[in-house]
Amino acid sequence: MPYALLFSVFVVAACGLAYELVAAALSSYLVGDSVTQFSTVIGVYLSAMGVGSWLSRYFQRDLIGSFIRIELAVGLLGGFSAAALFFAFTWLSGPFLLLLYLLVFVIGMLVGLEIPLVMRLLEHRLQFKDLVSRVLSIDYLGALAVSLLFPLWLAPKLGMVRTALLFGLLNVLVALWTTWLFRHELVSRRVLWLQGGSALVLIVAGFAAADRLSSIAETALYEDRIVLAESTPYQRIVLTRWRDDVRLFLNNNLQFSARDEYRYHEALIHPGLASLPWAKRVLVLGGGDGLAIREILRYPQVESVTLVELDPAMPALFKQHPALRGLNGDALNSPRVRIINTDAFRWLESQANAYDFIVVDFPDPTNFAVGKLYTNTFYRMAERALSARGRMVVQSTSPLYARQSYWTVVQTIESVGLQTRPYHALVPSFGEWGFILAGREPYTPPQRLPTGLRFINADTIPGLFNFPPDMDRTPAEVNRLNNQLLVRTFEQEWKQVQR
Amino acid sequence: MKRRDFLRAGSLAAGSLGLAGCSRTPPPGLPPGQLLGPSQALGHRLRDGTGFPAASETRKVEALIIGGGMAGLSCGWWLKRQGHASFAVLELENEAGGNARSGSNPISAYPWGAHYLPLPGPEAPELRLMLAEFGALKGDPHALRPEYEERYLCFAPQERLHIHGAWQEGLLPQFGIAQAERHQQQRFVEQIASMKATLDGRGRPAFATPSARGGSPTAALAGISMADWLQQQGYDAPSLHWWVNYGCRDDYGTDYRQTSAWAGLHYHAGRHGQASNADSDDVLTWPEGNSWLTRRMAQGLGDALQPNAMAWQIEQTAQGCSVLVYLAQENRSVRYLADKLVWAAPAGFLAHVMPSLPPPWQTAMAQLSYAPWLVANLSLRAPPAERGQQPLCWDNVLYGAAGLGYVVANHQSLQLHDQGCVLSYYRPLTEATPAAGRKLLQTAPHAYWARSILAELGRVHPDLPGLTEQLDVWRWGHAMLRPTPSLFSSDALPRLRQPQGRIMLAHSDLSGFSLAEEAHYWGVRAARWLLDHKDEFA
Repeated sequence: MPYALLFSVFVVAACGLAYELVAAALSSYLVGDSVTQFSTVIGVYLSAMGVGSWLSRYFQRDLIGSFIRIELAVGLLGGFSAAALFFAFTWLSGPFLLLLYLLVFVIGMLVGLEIPLVMRLLEHRLQFKDLVSRVLSIDYLGALAVSLLFPLWLAPKLGMVRTALLFGLLNVLVALWTTWLFRHELVSRRVLWLQGGSALVLIVAGFAAADRLSSIAETALYEDRIVLAESTPYQRIVLTRWRDDVRLFLNNNLQFSARDEYRYHEALIHPGLASLPWAKRVLVLGGGDGLAIREILRYPQVESVTLVELDPAMPALFKQHPALRGLNGDALNSPRVRIINTDAFRWLESQANAYDFIVVDFPDPTNFAVGKLYTNTFYRMAERALSARGRMVVQSTSPLYARQSYWTVVQTIESVGLQTRPYHALVPSFGEWGFILAGREPYTPPQRLPTGLRFINADTIPGLFNFPPDMDRTPAEVNRLNNQLLVRTFEQEWKQVQR
Repeated sequence: MKRRDFLRAGSLAAGSLGLAGCSRTPPPGLPPGQLLGPSQALGHRLRDGTGFPAASETRKVEALIIGGGMAGLSCGWWLKRQGHASFAVLELENEAGGNARSGSNPISAYPWGAHYLPLPGPEAPELRLMLAEFGALKGDPHALRPEYEERYLCFAPQERLHIHGAWQEGLLPQFGIAQAERHQQQRFVEQIASMKATLDGRGRPAFATPSARGGSPTAALAGISMADWLQQQGYDAPSLHWWVNYGCRDDYGTDYRQTSAWAGLHYHAGRHGQASNADSDDVLTWPEGNSWLTRRMAQGLGDALQPNAMAWQIEQTAQGCSVLVYLAQENRSVRYLADKLVWAAPAGFLAHVMPSLPPPWQTAMAQLSYAPWLVANLSLRAPPAERGQQPLCWDNVLYGAAGLGYVVANHQSLQLHDQGCVLSYYRPLTEATPAAGRKLLQTAPHAYWARSILAELGRVHPDLPGLTEQLDVWRWGHAMLRPTPSLFSSDALPRLRQPQGRIMLAHSDLSGFSLAEEAHYWGVRAARWLLDHKDEFA
């Protein structure tokens, strides 16, 4: 009997820590700022346990029945805590933190009640020194087990909702087991069986519905923040709003955040275009959001901007949606802009015009299909479309996180006979980001820039071209259609960053 | 047979052919598709050599080339290049190209046969000249490592093998293969590398492509099968045996137990091509396969190329060659009088139209046997779902399968998104005798092949049968010459290479195996012969 109770201490301790970790992880996931979330959740939880321990003195009679009821309450509350937090976050964005701490406090308090009650249940069966040493050591061991399991297996494999339910189930099973163990001592065992059975049914039902539950919760969560979600034949476009920040995701990859996209797009356009005061015809490949074009249209001498974008849904969206038109300054509705919805590679192959400035703003080379747009064959075609003194700018991943990839693109552009001027800028939502200017003539940084820029000015431009040692040039090979080195390199480098 | 009877028979044959080619409502669960192939009715009438109308016209040419496959077209290409105009190339089918023919649909063009060309080595200067002319080779065609147009070099990722439930990179089995077997593979690869570097007595590579510019088959290798040679050298690793057999079936349509070791080794050791911008084992390929080459050659010939023209009787006289040719479109025959004749169709078929076959050829032709093949093109709504790390490649091979796997026809597309994909499935019928294979090709209905192919590919791509919207099957009864030990240990090939009077053969058959480079070489050699150039490579 003592060993059975000691085992339940192990389970109870494990469950307690699990709820604490779920709450802390969930709140840092939803609210951000994980240091604050973890320390406040742990603080509230531990103090609540103290309150629970103190309150245990008011439990006089029917200790076993109380223990079982507390177990059931912890199991239900804790088990559904993650799902409840998800839903609460979705529908009550204001008092979410209040609810979070309330939930953490109540669970903590109930868990705090458990250990003193178990110790009192055991006090006549063990000596005091054995009692304390065994109960407390097993309590801490349970915590150790969960603290290892949680990050390694539970969180990645099961997810928050199911992890919480799993421990809820354990609590309920302990309750049922205890009911069985003490069936002869319990006064109201029928009621307890009934309560335990109902709790078990609820938790199991929760498990069965966990997929639906978490997807409802997460979809609901997304929908509150979502401006738009659209699946086109080419990609999944998701636009989210987070307070005053609008973010665009293509196939779940962040394309821009309204908070700092000006840094990216000013850096993409102005070092090149401001150095070509005579430029009249501009070509933009990729970048159907119109943000780069917004920057291009700051130059009155630019007569035409040709945008080649595969997915017609992108420009259509950024032409019509009021918030997005505000973001790109209604650039796509400008009479100077012509939009062609076709494949950039095929279009370049067949077109015969020359452009003074070409902006190559494709997604990162994450697969062999996009990788083709980073090969020497592609740059050779882009070079053909460049006017005699024209210049091209290429977005080319991060020279810091994907250094080898970045310099592979530089090497590849140079292999088609263009001179390059690599540069970089800090875009907080992406990190340190790289661009490459390319042309047939040497590049001179511009002295004059359009007014109203927030990031680029004549003083900051020279600094963009300095590469500190950790992202300086490294030897690289030419990326070709028949080797697609870049896709492999990029995958390896990005994997290391994410780990 | 009277003319009226013949016409009726002809239209019946054409009718039944048309029916066979029609898309009928497919059985439930199977995609629609056509059962295609070379016009067998015409071919079989050619074999009988009777039933053709008398000649209603006589045409005189200096040179007549019969056969518009790779060899015949190469012959015409070289003649044209040298400024020669008085010749005609006759093609039995309504389109030239032979084994390199292709089809197309809204998704992509796709091959019905030969679909790639390994990088030609310095032993194939004429082929390199042709690639330069067509824009596939840039700069100096005689450079040791020429630059090739990268749109035509096979894009990465190139090859993967499905083995032990997963895809691995490359075709040499590695995944789940024991260390001891891999050591044997390594030893084999090293042995091949040293063979590749070996020179013959005249300082030429022992194994070259075209093979006539390398060493002659040695008795030790010619008369033994590739399978026996492996055993003899102490190779018993099943994965190595599979890989070597795969090579023989892939290039020769012949099981390695029936392939001469000399031919089997040539597959591995005979390529010496390099490129300044690609690995030496990279290949040139196009969605339509080698018909990218044959179409350009055919285009260059203009009116000199006469499709739907079947030579049905050849006579050699003191004045020249007299050839009766049936023009299927016009339903009449014409007589061609030529100073010289090049037979650029499969060598074994000459006997059907030339009653007085020169005796040296007669005995040699008894040694020839041809392998039956099946090629299918599957049009898919979308590429099959991929579960592992290894993405869809150009060439996708299934370990231990009856087929050779599939090639993605639209792999060379530059587009970011295609509207679907076309998979070209290859299967040499090596499990039975060639005659039994041909019988199966003649009798098995479309549903039989569709079921068999979908079952095989569905094993690794469960969603493939559901994604397939069209499945067309091409049957090649006599796809390629089989490089058997008895062929290579006989004197058949040297004899067939010798012209007889005014007639010369030009076909990859003269090499003993069916490679585009070989066909090109024999075609150009015949052109030089026609032009009375001294043939420095004979």
